[in-house]
Amino acid sequence: MAAPAGEIAVLWINAGLSCDGDTIAMTAATQPSIEDLVRGAIPWAPKIKLYNPLLATAVGDDFLAAFYRGAAGELGPFILVVEGSIPDESNQPAGCWAAFGTDPATGQPIPTCEWIDRLAPRAWAVVAAGTCAAYGGIHAMAGNPTGCMGLPDYLGWEWRSHAGVPLVCIPGCPVQPDNLTETLLYLCHQFAGRAAPIPLDEVLRPRWLFAQTVHEGCDRGGYYEQGEFGAVHGSPVCIVKLGCWGPVVQCNVGKRGWIGGVGGCPNVGGICIGCTMPGFPDKFQPFMEEPPGSLLSAAALMTYGKAIKALRQFTKGSLNKVPSWRSRSSSGAAWGGGESDE
Amino acid sequence: MTAVPPVRQPPRIVEMHWDPITRIVGSLGLFTKIDFANREVVECHSTSSIFRGFSVFMKGKDPRDAHLITSRICGICGDNHATCAMYAQNMAFAVKPPPLADWIVNLGEAAEYMFDHNLFQDNMVGVDYCEQMVRSTNPGVWEQAKRTPAPHAELHGYRTIADIMTALNPFTGAFYLATLEVSRYSREMFCLMEGRHAHPSTLYPGGVGTVATVQLFTDYLARLARYAEFMKRCVPLHDDLFDFFYAALPGYEQVGHRRTLLGCWGSFNDPEVCDYTYANMSTWGRSMYVTPGIVVDGKLITQDLVEINLGMRVLLGHSFYDDWQGGETFVTHDPLGNAVDQRHPWNQTTIPRPQQRDFAGKYSWVMAPRWFDGKDHLALDSGGGPLARFWTTALAGRVDLGYVEATGGGVKIRLPRTATLPETELEWKIPRWCNTIERNRARTYFQAYAAACAYAFVERALAEVHAGRTRTWNEFKVPEQAVACGFHEAVRGMLSHHLVIRDGKIANYHPYAPTPWNASVRDLYGTPGPYEDAVQNTPIFEESPPDEFKGIDIMRTVRSFDPCLPCGVHMTLGNGRVVEAHHSPFYGVQTSGRLPAAQ
Repeated sequence: MAAPAGEIAVLWINAGLSCDGDTIAMTAATQPSIEDLVRGAIPWAPKIKLYNPLLATAVGDDFLAAFYRGAAGELGPFILVVEGSIPDESNQPAGCWAAFGTDPATGQPIPTCEWIDRLAPRAWAVVAAGTCAAYGGIHAMAGNPTGCMGLPDYLGWEWRSHAGVPLVCIPGCPVQPDNLTETLLYLCHQFAGRAAPIPLDEVLRPRWLFAQTVHEGCDRGGYYEQGEFGAVHGSPVCIVKLGCWGPVVQCNVGKRGWIGGVGGCPNVGGICIGCTMPGFPDKFQPFMEEPPGSLLSAAALMTYGKAIKALRQFTKGSLNKVPSWRSRSSSGAAWGGGESDE
Repeated sequence: MTAVPPVRQPPRIVEMHWDPITRIVGSLGLFTKIDFANREVVECHSTSSIFRGFSVFMKGKDPRDAHLITSRICGICGDNHATCAMYAQNMAFAVKPPPLADWIVNLGEAAEYMFDHNLFQDNMVGVDYCEQMVRSTNPGVWEQAKRTPAPHAELHGYRTIADIMTALNPFTGAFYLATLEVSRYSREMFCLMEGRHAHPSTLYPGGVGTVATVQLFTDYLARLARYAEFMKRCVPLHDDLFDFFYAALPGYEQVGHRRTLLGCWGSFNDPEVCDYTYANMSTWGRSMYVTPGIVVDGKLITQDLVEINLGMRVLLGHSFYDDWQGGETFVTHDPLGNAVDQRHPWNQTTIPRPQQRDFAGKYSWVMAPRWFDGKDHLALDSGGGPLARFWTTALAGRVDLGYVEATGGGVKIRLPRTATLPETELEWKIPRWCNTIERNRARTYFQAYAAACAYAFVERALAEVHAGRTRTWNEFKVPEQAVACGFHEAVRGMLSHHLVIRDGKIANYHPYAPTPWNASVRDLYGTPGPYEDAVQNTPIFEESPPDEFKGIDIMRTVRSFDPCLPCGVHMTLGNGRVVEAHHSPFYGVQTSGRLPAAQ
């Protein structure tokens, strides 16, 4: 753990049941950007040697060489990033649901699960990127054929790396780009002995990113407080009644936006469907209906909110008037006398 | 470096595979047999090794959720799925969004094309043409590139072709790094309209949740102007690079060449015409700002979405599924009374059957979609998206937005004045070949096309706002029964979603994205899929001997289709990823001549 921090490899497997959305998110990040991490632009952190299929120059077995070396313990320290839900390969008699590369001995695909089994024991840390890898996500929806799950359910919630680092989950569907690269940066700093052990909540999310609810960071929260609820999409006020779960979903999108601070969910008119939560998606469906909990809380707010709004309207009206002495007819009035400026 | 030798030699065949194919989205493997004596690929199988099961787990779900679920099919163009699903939902729920919503969706999708093609072209495809790669696979070509001045140096700033190649080196090249940045602000444009990338938050059946203010369009327009300026340099840069390959490697037009069998399902609805009904689909399809159609051997054989719809067939071929022929028929006739085939997506039932991979038997999670012209099951491809879109739009000759104009033989693109460059007209012309280079060239031009269209859409959207028509969503009711479809262009090609509603729930749902078409397996007639077909036709120009062989000409060919395997396989419920080419008999080959992974 105290090893001199020149470089750390990142072995990135996108071959869970995934859409590659978290890899694509990685290319969108600016705080830090992927090239910042690869080129060592950030002080105190080791450079990342990135083995991610989307940006790799090498192809096929040349690309996989680092993964084989990692499995054999010959790569040096590395972080294993897993993207996509982990299928249950025991639920079918032959073949597999997800694979990564071809086994030279058999000519058959190498199941993704086998790579996780080989690499996790050797990894300095293991990161589940995105909600699929973290908790199962969309592919684990009721009625799915693959029996898939998240990495903590596959490896065990108490799993720790040989370096004592717990599994790190960075949920989001896809992951918010900067949340992903910032967490990688944190782990690099921790690897270099420059940061305390990463603070995680009970479902293994970095605390500083996921402690707040969407609602607590939502720039439409003021409308909620005033009991102003939109009945149609496209309205600029609170959209809880259209199906937004923001008040009970832990996510920083309202504060951080999506890319470069632009975009997001309820802050820009999109209902929060709970995509950072272990209960996603089933516990939020059907998405386009008012969450049951908000029926009560929103109703309770109506009286209070309307009163508050009325009072604010009154004050706002006053504040919107230029003070009476700022005009030609009354110039100098603030001095308390009738002196002229000239 | 030499093309096919004039006299056929006794074949010297080496099996090679590459799995996974990197610098694409998803996992793909290619398994080939290469004749090194005659320098050509004699056989190719493409395989995908991931299955996810969307069509299976969507059954019984609320149809309003369809766009939010299907977006998750793809992590780079998920919004194309969400949009296509929304089109199908609009048809099923009989709702027409306010015109402003259509303009906002068009602007979002235009930004997706601008971003996605940009990232793919210069951060993934570009690496196949960068200094690091060319020096290693074709040292002779690299030497020639150093001596070859770039014809448009004044515009893009790179003196020689070699300078362009150096600028494309991953993580160090100036152009590589610049395009990463462009991919970010163009994604910001996307997020302005659709909320989040890649899974949008503000799209809904009936319209959008986006708040249509003047600021929204100002923020978009300011970034669009930067992008247009960038494209005025980017298009000539790629023309210089691609033209150089034709000149430096005579015969390179044969690389990735395939019969012209292109499909495009249309993009950018015109809200004046489009009412999202099936009854009027032929009419509003023709009014799209990218014209739908099918081109066979250079002829536009249809531009009618109803015809396109009815001709779709899903063949299983050599994929890991059981047949559903005895299964339920969901739709016997379309809403116009036309008969619907049991092999049509409306009637598909997906029955996954994981098993050992066997190239003589079943070998992939990608099925074999085909288009039936009444006689043959055509293995259409998308040309990576832009090639088919331009080809159909050009031949149809309908589109005229001022900023873009279809001329019959090509498409004119007019980018307005930008910070340092004057108004610029570019023209994409129907090429002589349907090959690797032309798929790539069309991609760059289509980035400019999307930007030019976006100027027109911003004008129209702002006109709505200025007129006070800022509503972006209309209410609807979910019917008990419905049959619907959506047609769109995903970034990399034709996209359709087919939906059947019963008892107010999803009874059947089948998305077909471009990669199932492009990466499809051999069908029951033995017809190979387009990747397989294009690679099999490819001569080998790489100078490396077999034990250092990188398969660069094959890689360029596969990547020219812009493979996106998550899309490949979801439609069927599978998730496809595979393109491998291995060196089976010569395992030593795999460990030699290796390039370092990205940085």
